[in-house]
Amino acid sequence: MAFTFPDHFRFADNHEYAALDGSLVRVGISAFAVDQLGDIVFVDLPDVGASLIKGNSFGSVESVKAVEDMYAPISGEVVQRNDSVLSSPEELQNDPHGEGWLLLVKPADLAEMQDLMDSDLYSSKLSAN
Amino acid sequence: MLGDKPLEASSTDPSMFLARHIGLTPTDQDQCLAALGHFDLGEFIAAVVPADILEENASKASFPEGCSELEALEEIHRIAEMNKPRRSLIGLGYYGTATPAAIQRHVLENPGWYTAYTPYQAEISQGRLEALFNFQTLISELTGLPIANASLLDEATAAAEAMSLAFAVNKIATARRFLVDREVFPQTLAVLSTRAEPLGIVVEVIDPDFCEFDEDVFGVLLQLPGRTGKIWDPSECISRAHKVDALVAVAIDPLAQVLMVPVGELDVDIAIGSVQRLGIPMGFGGPHAAFFATREAYKRQIPGRLVGQSLDSDGKPALRLALQTREQHIRRDKATSNICTAQVLLAIISSFYAVHHGPNGLKEIALRVLSFRFQIERCLANLGYPLDSMVRFDTVEIHCKNAAQIHHLASLKGLNLRVLPIGSLPNQAKGFGITVDELTTEEEVIKLNQIFADALQKPTEPINKILPGLDKLLSEIPLRKGVWLQQPVFNRYQSETELVRYIYKLVSKDFSLIHGMIPLGSCTMKLNSAAELVPISWRNFSSIHPFAPSNQSEGYKKLVLDLETWLASLTGFAGVSLQPNAGSQGEFAGLLVIRAWHKSRGEGFRNVCLIPTSAHGTNPASAVMAGFRVVPVACDPFGNVDLQDLANKAETHSSQLAALMVTYPSTHGVFEPHIRQICELVHKHGAQVYLDGANLNAQVGLCRPGTYGADVCHLNLHKTFCIPHGGGGPGVGPIAVAAHLVPYLPGHPLVSCGGKEAIGAVSAAPFGSAGILPISWMYLRMMGVDGLRQASSIAMLSANYIAY
Repeated sequence: MAFTFPDHFRFADNHEYAALDGSLVRVGISAFAVDQLGDIVFVDLPDVGASLIKGNSFGSVESVKAVEDMYAPISGEVVQRNDSVLSSPEELQNDPHGEGWLLLVKPADLAEMQDLMDSDLYSSKLSAN
Repeated sequence: MLGDKPLEASSTDPSMFLARHIGLTPTDQDQCLAALGHFDLGEFIAAVVPADILEENASKASFPEGCSELEALEEIHRIAEMNKPRRSLIGLGYYGTATPAAIQRHVLENPGWYTAYTPYQAEISQGRLEALFNFQTLISELTGLPIANASLLDEATAAAEAMSLAFAVNKIATARRFLVDREVFPQTLAVLSTRAEPLGIVVEVIDPDFCEFDEDVFGVLLQLPGRTGKIWDPSECISRAHKVDALVAVAIDPLAQVLMVPVGELDVDIAIGSVQRLGIPMGFGGPHAAFFATREAYKRQIPGRLVGQSLDSDGKPALRLALQTREQHIRRDKATSNICTAQVLLAIISSFYAVHHGPNGLKEIALRVLSFRFQIERCLANLGYPLDSMVRFDTVEIHCKNAAQIHHLASLKGLNLRVLPIGSLPNQAKGFGITVDELTTEEEVIKLNQIFADALQKPTEPINKILPGLDKLLSEIPLRKGVWLQQPVFNRYQSETELVRYIYKLVSKDFSLIHGMIPLGSCTMKLNSAAELVPISWRNFSSIHPFAPSNQSEGYKKLVLDLETWLASLTGFAGVSLQPNAGSQGEFAGLLVIRAWHKSRGEGFRNVCLIPTSAHGTNPASAVMAGFRVVPVACDPFGNVDLQDLANKAETHSSQLAALMVTYPSTHGVFEPHIRQICELVHKHGAQVYLDGANLNAQVGLCRPGTYGADVCHLNLHKTFCIPHGGGGPGVGPIAVAAHLVPYLPGHPLVSCGGKEAIGAVSAAPFGSAGILPISWMYLRMMGVDGLRQASSIAMLSANYIAY
């Protein structure tokens, strides 16, 4: 299945994305991850004010058949959380790159974004597997 | 030829049990053998089981030869006669109760219920799913908490699960202290300590009215009513706990909760307890079902199985297991708990007890307990015994000089009282306690009154002069307001006819071994023969209190000794503990034993546990509970351990390697040819081999883990050794260990058991679910080692024939 990824998105190995939004970074999981999970029934996210540490688990997403942890693609402080995804997980399912965003983060070090893959690299990695 | 007798000999003798256990006739066997290209069973086995582990005469010395049903029943009857069932008023989590005859006969003794598998396939399990849903409803109504699971193993491990949940949800990473009410049962405290230590949790015993809560505390466990019988108001303690975001768990007595305001209304977060006193025999400690109820917010952290109501493809209501993504078979090392087999059959029995009695019947039993306790209190007061003034439910404790005399007089009249201090001998007692239960009668109170008076050489006052006023009694207790348990199921099956029809309406919806085979991979489902099950209903086994004076359970001692000896012999190990209540608990206990051994050698820093990716989910879940770091080992497409990956990982983690967990034959049913080399490799790196014995059915009588290099294995008596699966419990998960690990076998605070340097208790009862041990005893006794070897061989012949 072919996925398209917004140009300015950057991706971690575990399929989380980080997208620059002004001085903040929007974090979510890619359309590929959502497709792999199947019907999403529950999302667990940290509170506003929580600290993210790059590489550490910040929450989980649960589908009918699996639960997967999500790992922070960058470090920073959570300034906003998409509460509507919490009450309606289908939003994550339907539009993971848009309305299904998960967290808005004040980044600790924007240089961390350089470690992540850009959309082209991520796409080719997916088709290689 | 295997052994000194042809394998086929005794299986044709119809007077021997073996002939009734084995399904294939000799003609069938020949047909299978011919299809696979072998000329006899011995030659087939030699081709299937790796030559370097196959043993010719394994175990013969320790085993009597197989026999008939009649002979075995005679023998176990003599063993039962060695037990002395007395009337135990000890309490401490175990009480006399009356199992209604219809439930005994149509549920406990009905193979339609007890041979069923775990209800993963909802379509063929609606009967027991509904009985479990009723159980969950009962618990929810009792506790006032909206979410209740479909049973846990016992009250003590339920308390440990509550501790784990509180720990997992606490937001402060450094909070490590768990406070425990000084009035909890001693066995609960023991198990909490055993489970806390590997996780770095500090357990502190406190007085709830005076304890301090700070940010270091993540949770507290209270006991209501307390061990001394006291009914108290935990509200103030609860609000102090919540101020620091610590969770409050309460261990409640279900019969007391019938009368009392539900703990959920007191803002409690978790309620746990046992339903033993709702119709399940004491059985020298088990099996009994425990419950776990909590708030909506924690439903994703709740351990164990949960039955939910959904819709079928026609849009009609249907039941199914829910939220399974939390469980070990999916989350593995991130599971909420390692629990798999629970206590389903017992939960179902107690749910029918509630259906049978209804809210009014349950209330009457509770009121009777309250009145009799009050009468006993009045007897004591009238005779001048010193009574602490407190509001009580079913228990009264007295500290007095003539306590030893009281216990002596009581024993002459066939009564066991609680010895105070708990754990001391009756002749050194400084006090006594009496816990009233469903079986208490006027005669019993009169008997007790006589004992109290005789001990002081005073005359007795007739009881009827001191009748209590029920209203006054009730006015002292914080009562449940309004009605409860109003669901139709608890109010419409009052006559026995109605109850029996309801029971059969449910069981007839389920598929079980009475209909056909259930060929599960991880849960060997064998014949649960009637002869094996007969003894568990005998009073001499079912009515013994686990903490009764030890000279009253000589029969159980013999049973335990026989089983330990036979199981050690079959596995090639030196010692056995029957305490764990399920394979998952056996894994946890076995890993703790390994950990204790490393510590004893100054190598307590070893904390890496290698686990093949094909392992059963309980393996990584148990390893995490035992404080280990799980490192997965790759498997080939056939489910065998990838030897190269194992060697690499062992090398990488060598200095920290604690153990390898391996299932043998593998979870794919294959005898990996390199098991000896695998064990040697692990030993070379200073670690131990834990063998998951779920598939032991292929090894019994043929090869032995202790001989080919394992250090510990657990057994599943509810798989290999014929204890029925019950729909998901009861189970018995003993561990067998090599000589160097025997000192660490688990102990118990109140009953002597385990090794010289025993790790703490892993179950509430010293011998786990002792009440169902007769089942495996009967199987082993009737089969004898030749019969067991034949059973294993036939099982493999059939599997290979089907695969072919």
